[in-house]
Order: sequence, then C-alpha cells, then structure tokens
Amino acid sequence: MTLTASAPRPVEQRMTNLLPVLANVACTISLPLVLLLAWGLSSRFGWLPEQILPAPEVVWATIAELWRDGSLIEHTLVSLRRVAIGFSIGALSGLLAGAALGLLPVVRSFVWPVFTAVAQVNTLAWLPLLVLFVGIDEELKYVCIAWSTAVPVTLATTRSIADVSPNLVELGRVFDFTPMQRVSVIVVPAALPSLFTGVREGLAAAWQSLVIVELFASFDGLGYLITWGRQLFQLELVITAMLVIAAIGLSLNAVLEYLEHFVQPWKTEARHDR
Amino acid sequence: MTVDTLRARPLRNAARYWRPFTAFGTVLLLWLASVRFGWVDPHFVPSPAAVAARARTEFTTGTLAFDISESLRRNITGFAIGASAGLLLGLWLGFSSTAERIVGPSLLAFRQIALFAWVPLLSAWFGGADAGKIAFIAVAGFQPVVINTWQGVKGLPSAYRELADVLIFSRIDYVRFVALPGTLPAIFTGLHAGLIYAWLATLGSELFLNVTPGIGGRLNEGSQLFEMDLLFLGIIVLAVIGLLYNSSAVWMETRLLRRRTR
Repeated sequence: MTLTASAPRPVEQRMTNLLPVLANVACTISLPLVLLLAWGLSSRFGWLPEQILPAPEVVWATIAELWRDGSLIEHTLVSLRRVAIGFSIGALSGLLAGAALGLLPVVRSFVWPVFTAVAQVNTLAWLPLLVLFVGIDEELKYVCIAWSTAVPVTLATTRSIADVSPNLVELGRVFDFTPMQRVSVIVVPAALPSLFTGVREGLAAAWQSLVIVELFASFDGLGYLITWGRQLFQLELVITAMLVIAAIGLSLNAVLEYLEHFVQPWKTEARHDR
Repeated sequence: MTVDTLRARPLRNAARYWRPFTAFGTVLLLWLASVRFGWVDPHFVPSPAAVAARARTEFTTGTLAFDISESLRRNITGFAIGASAGLLLGLWLGFSSTAERIVGPSLLAFRQIALFAWVPLLSAWFGGADAGKIAFIAVAGFQPVVINTWQGVKGLPSAYRELADVLIFSRIDYVRFVALPGTLPAIFTGLHAGLIYAWLATLGSELFLNVTPGIGGRLNEGSQLFEMDLLFLGIIVLAVIGLLYNSSAVWMETRLLRRRTR
C-alpha cells in the first residue's frame, strides 16, 4: 500500500468509529428521555397525585436546595464514612479469616460448616439481636457493614486459596519452597482474581447493608433521608436520596472495574453482570 | 502422586465426617456451659433449654407456624411475579438487539439503586400492608433473574446460531431447541439468586413495613420486648428456611440439568 492511498483513511476511520458510538448513545438515552417525558406529562396533567409521584421539577428543586444548604453532602459524607470504616474492618478480617481457612485445611474442616451455617443467616436477621447487644449508635452500623462485608470476602478468599491447582502446590513442594515462598509465589498470584471478585462482592454488600442499617436506625445519612422523606410524605426527598445512592453505587462499581483491570491487566473483559 | 498423600487420604475422609459435628458440638457445649456457669448475662443469652421450651409453646399454642406460612406465602407470591417478569424481559433483551441497546443500559443503571432503598418508595406507592411487601419482594426477585437470563441468551456460542441457520430452523424452533436449553443453566443461576434475594426481601419488608403476621414481625417483637428466647428461635427458624431453600434450589438445578452433564 502506498502512502497516498493511506492518506484519506484516518478521517474515514474516525467517521466509521464515531457513527456506531453516536447511535449507541442515542439508544441509551432514548429510554430515560421517554420516561422523563412521561413523568413530566403525568405531573403536568395530574395523572398521578403529587404524593405518589412529585413533578420532576420539584425533585430537581429539592436536589438544588439540599445541595445549596449543604445537607445533601453532609448526609452523603456520613454514609460514605460508615461504609469506609465498616468495609475496611470487614474486608481485612474477611481476608485474614479466609487466608487462615484456606491455608490450613485442618482448621477449615472444623470451622467451615459452622461458618457456612452462620453465614446463611443474613445480616438483616441479626439486626434485631445486634441492636440489643451494641445499641443503635455508630457501632451498630460498623458491626453490620463489617459483618456483611466479611462474609462474602471470607467465602471467596477461602475458596480461591483452597482451589489453587494442586499441580502448582506440588511444584512448590518439588522446589522445596518455604511456607512463605509457597504463599507469595504460588498461592497469592493464583488466588488473586477470585479474591478480588470477593472484595468486590464485599463492597457491594457493604453498600446494600449501609442502606439497610440506616433505614433500621439512624439520625443522619442517606438511608435516614429516605425514611424521613417517607414519613413526611415528601417523595421528592426519597427520590433524591435514591438517585444519590444509585450514583454512588455506579461510581463504586466503575472504580472497582478499573481496579480489577489494573490488578489483572491480562483480563481485558470488564464484567457488567456483578 | 506422592506416597504421603496416598496414606493421608483415608484418614482425611474419616475426618471429614466427624469434624463438622465436633465444631457444632463445641458451639453447643460452649453455649450450655456459658449459661450454666454464668459466663454471660442470662438476660442476653438464653439457655438452649429456654429456646427449646419457647419453640414448643410457639409451635403448639403460639402463632409462629402461622407467621412462617404467611411469610412464605408473601415470599412465593412476590417471587413468582418478579421472576416471571424478569424472565420475560431477560429473554426479550437477549433475543432482540434493539431492545438490548435501548433498555439494557438503563436496566444496568437502575440496579445500582441499593435494594432496600426501594422500601420507602414502594410503601408509598403500594401501602405498607401486603401489597407493598409483595411489590418489594417482586423487585428483589426480578433483578438477578433478568440480568442472568439476558446474559445467558447473549452468551450462547455463535456456532449454535450458525448451525441452526444451516439446518434452516425457524425462529421458534431455534428458540425451542437451541436457545432455551442452552440458556437454562444461566436462568437457574438467576432464579437461585432471585430466590435468595426474595427471601431477604421478605424478611426486610416485615422488619421495615407495617406489622402483619410474619416471621420478621416476630423478630421485631422479640427485640422490642427483650425476649431473647424468641429472637434466638426466630434466627434459627430463618437459618433453617434459608438452608432448605438453598438446598432445594441446588437439588432442582442438578435434577433438571442432569441430561446436560450426561
């Protein structure tokens, strides 16, 4: 191919790349736009009472007002701090417990059945009991979030370590690796992908559990904003808080997807299904 | 295989049977001992005997059996609504690329709303009684089913599609003989997850919404009246139901998919 023949190509290529992207964007935003339009029309013509579905401009005004007086940021920061602390405690203890269970088959054979039985009961069921033990203050939120993070992290860590290919473990034995070497050279790299999936599930669980515990008992945070709005029958508050929760959920997911890519660059496919 | 793993195997097999029981036994013993010797405040940790006595009175003269059946009824109704809606939408998204491009991204964004954030909104729309609870359970069961079905259809190897084209299958035959059987494992994964979510939502709806007969309401009652035996009993009942759901889902899955593995 000559240089002259390749000269007009970039523009052409850009065009062909751009068109499907534009079409995709148009498809993506068409449904939200139609829904928004229907929402606006229904409030304009009063198809649904204000207490069932407040007008979009009312929701927008609420967002703007909460933003201006700083309370939206305040509630969001309170919630984020709870998730950060609870998640850190939970992920760390989950990783440690999972490592112990995964590396020591004897411990696993004793503890695993009890652990799975306890993990079977969701955090939600422990809530009424936990309230009596730790009260309804910040500790309750940390314990709850940490517990619901620790369960999936422990499960995934144990499985990923226990599932490391026996061939690799045998290879380590042949090479006369010390236990430290065995862990750092064989177990950690082999277990890393599913381990990361566990941490990701843990973060998702932490976020879910934050909303649960804030609905259950709290005086600030996004979950409280929702309950409060519901009690006052100001659904615009409820919808505002839900939108913030969705936005944070989306960005947490995006950050983790990026991190996953960063930790395992050989894995090109980003999974949207988790 | 080395000699020492060979020798270790029979022992490990025997250990597999007694070790789990040792662990459960130890937990039970610790529980008994801590109550018996007063290591814990009996107001906070009831004795196993007290929980057993409570179970007896609840199941003979009390309402717990009725509460459980009410919870299960709501759970199954909500799950049936949510799962069938999820199945239909998932199949549609999987088979129609136009639908996928228009609805897919919104759906993925929509499921970023934490599940329980729906509770107040749904209770405002459907009320806090039965309808609101069932609506919430349906939303919970819907999400995993729709995503897994959709991804399952999309994940079919293109070779299947091409083979069906070569054999000039009609569209209906393609769906009936190729696509649906090929998607079944993914659909079951979704249904299984949906079942778990729906059960969680059943409990949550009873904890957060109006008091109606149901196991969640009894947990609240135990917590508010400080009746620890009722609370412990409730948690044990929940664990048993969760285990039963889980194992029956696994059993159904392996049974219905057996011909695939043969």
